[in-house]
Amino acid sequence: MTATVEGSPPLRMTRARRNALLQSEPVQGFALISPTFLYALVLLVLPILVVIAHSFWTQHYLTIDRTFTLENYRVALTEPIYRDLLWRSLYISLTVSLFTVILAYPIAYFISFHGGRHKSLWLFLITIPFWTSYLLRVMSWKVILGYNGVLNSGLIGLGFIDEPSTALLYNSSAVIITLTHAWAAFAILPIFVSLEKVDRTLVEAATDLGDGPLRSFLRVTLPLSAPGVISAALIVMIPTVGDYVTPKLVGGKDGVMIANAIQAQFGKAANWPLGAALSVTTMLIVTLMAGATVLIIRALQRLAR
Amino acid sequence: MPEQPPIERPQSDPAQSDRSMIEIRNVTRSYGSFKALDDASLTIKEGEFFSLLGPSGCGKTTLLRMIAGFDNPTSGSIAVGGQPMEGIPANRRPTNMVFQSYAIFPHLNVEQNVAYGLKRLRLQGGEEKRRVEEALAQVSLTGLGKRLATELSGGQRQRVALARALVMRPKVLLLDEPLSALDKKLREQMQVELRRLQQAVGITFVLVTHDQYEALAMSDRIAVMFGGRIAQVASPKEIYQRPVNRQVADFLGGMNFVKAEIVEENGASLIVDTLGFGRVKTDKPKAFMRNGGAATLGIRPERLRVLWDNATAKFEVAGKVVERHYFGEITHLIVEIPGLEKPLSVTETNDFGADDIPVGTPIRLAYDPEALVAMGD
Repeated sequence: MTATVEGSPPLRMTRARRNALLQSEPVQGFALISPTFLYALVLLVLPILVVIAHSFWTQHYLTIDRTFTLENYRVALTEPIYRDLLWRSLYISLTVSLFTVILAYPIAYFISFHGGRHKSLWLFLITIPFWTSYLLRVMSWKVILGYNGVLNSGLIGLGFIDEPSTALLYNSSAVIITLTHAWAAFAILPIFVSLEKVDRTLVEAATDLGDGPLRSFLRVTLPLSAPGVISAALIVMIPTVGDYVTPKLVGGKDGVMIANAIQAQFGKAANWPLGAALSVTTMLIVTLMAGATVLIIRALQRLAR
Repeated sequence: MPEQPPIERPQSDPAQSDRSMIEIRNVTRSYGSFKALDDASLTIKEGEFFSLLGPSGCGKTTLLRMIAGFDNPTSGSIAVGGQPMEGIPANRRPTNMVFQSYAIFPHLNVEQNVAYGLKRLRLQGGEEKRRVEEALAQVSLTGLGKRLATELSGGQRQRVALARALVMRPKVLLLDEPLSALDKKLREQMQVELRRLQQAVGITFVLVTHDQYEALAMSDRIAVMFGGRIAQVASPKEIYQRPVNRQVADFLGGMNFVKAEIVEENGASLIVDTLGFGRVKTDKPKAFMRNGGAATLGIRPERLRVLWDNATAKFEVAGKVVERHYFGEITHLIVEIPGLEKPLSVTETNDFGADDIPVGTPIRLAYDPEALVAMGD
C-alpha cells in the first residue's frame, strides 16, 4: 500500500485510512448501536456488576465489610427457606410458561391459518388488556378469585358449592392463573410470527403424501413453528421467575416467590450482600433453565421426525 | 368463444393401454361469477404422459388441484382409476403431486423427505429404506440422502420432490409446472429425464405447463386450455400441425394466418381461394364450422421455404423481404406478399445463408399445400 502512494506525506495516509475506517460497515454498525449500547452498559451491566460485587461482601449492621467471602452463597443455597422459595419460583415460572404456550398456540394458529383478511384486527384485539395497567389486571383477578369474588358467587349461584372457597386466592395457583393471563399476548405474538412463516404448500404436500389434518400438523406445522414456541416459552419464563408484584398481591403466604425474598433483603432486612447473592443465584439458574428449555424443545423436534 | 370443439379421438399408441385412468366429466369450478373451469370433460389413459397446456389463468392448475383433491368441482365429476373422487380427501387419493415450489420439508433431510409418506404405512423389514433408495436412484440422487433440504440446488430439490411422490407408487403423478423454476439448460435436460422416467415407471403423469415446447417434447397427448375451457385434446403433432382454432395455433409457436374464401366444401376437404396462395385444397378439420363463405388458413413459418436462384417449386408465392431477425441457428424473415394484408413470417435455417438476404430483396417461397390448415377463428 505504501508503495502505491509513494511520496505522499504520512498525514494524508492516516486521514485516508481514517475515512476508510469510518466508511467500513462494522464501524458504521458500532456507531449506530453505540447510544443504546452505552445506555445498556451504564444502566444494566454496571448495576449487575455492583450486585455481583456485593454478593461477595458482608453486611455488618450499617457498614459493609468488603473482604471476599462465599458465605452469602452458602446461605442462599443451603438455607431451606431460600431453597424452597427458589424451587417454588422455578416451578411457578415453568408452569406458567407451559400453560401460556399451550393456551397461546391455538389462538396464534387460528389467527394465522383462519384469520383471513382480519389478521391485524385479531392481533389488535389481543393487545386490548394492555391498555390498562398491570396492577389493575392483577387486582381484577383478586376480584374474580376472592372470597366474595365473581367465581365464588358464580359457583354458589349455580349450586356447585355451599360456601365460598378459600382455595382460589392467596396461593401459588392464583399466581399461576394471574401470570398465565398476563403473559398470554407475549406468547401469542412470537408463535403467530413463526406460524406465518410456515409455507402452506408444505402442509398441502404432507396431505398429498397421506397425512390427515392432525398428522400433518404434528409432523410439519408444529416442528416448523418450534422457534416461535421456544421464544414464547423463554419470553414468559424468564421474567416470571423474578416477578414479585403478582405473588405479593394474589400469592398470600403460599405464593411467595424468590423475588419477594430478594426485595426483603434489600429493603426491610437490610442485608444487601445476601440479597445480591440470591439475585445472582436466581440469574444463573434462570440462564441454565432457559438453555435447558431450548435443548429440550430441540430434542422433541428431532424426535417428532 | 363462439364454438366449443368436441374432444378429438386420441391417436392409437401401441405402447399404452386403452384403459382410462382419469375421467373428468363436465367439471365446472366457479368462484362467485367467475368460472375458473367451465364444463371441462377429459379422459386420461392409463400410463399416459398427459399435459394441460395454456396461458396463466386458463384453469389448468385448478383442474390439477381438483384431481389431487385440494379443490372441489362446483359441478361435474372426477374419477381416478374408475373410482369416483367425490368426498375423498386429498390424503386418501391415489394421486401424488410435485409442487411448483417443490415444497421440500426444510426440517428434514433428503431421505426423510422421500420417506415422509411411507412412515405412516409402517413398512416391515427394511422395506421403507429399500424403497427410498430405489426412488433416489430413479432420480439420480443416490448418495445424497443425508443432505439437508437447504443444501440442495434447484434441480436437486426438483428431483427430491419427484422421488418423494414416486416412492408412494401413485396411480397418477401430478406435476404442477415442475420445471418452470429451472434455468433453460437444466429444464431441457429434465424434460428428457422426466419423459424417460415416466416410461420406466409406467405411471400416468399429468403435467401442467404454460411452456408449449415442454408440452410438445414430453407428452403423449396435450389438452390446450383457454379461459377455463378445453380448446383441443390431441397428440403433440396433431396439435401443432392441425390446431383447431387461431388461439391454439397462436399459442403453440408462430402461425401465419391467411384469409380465404370457401369455394367448395365436402365431407373431408375444403377448396378455398386465397389472395396470396391461390386456390388450395385442404383437409376439413373435424370441428370446422362454416361461418358464411369465409375461412382462415394457417401455415407455420418453417413450412415456407426460400427458393434460391432459379430453383422452382410446384407451389410458390412471390414477395419482398421487409425485415430480417437473426437467431443463431435460424433467421426469421418477414416477407410481404402482394394481396396479403399481413406479411408472412418465414423461418429458415442459416445453412444456406438466409441470414445474408438483404432487406428489400424480392424473394420466392415454396410451400406444401398440405401445410396450409383450415381452422375456426
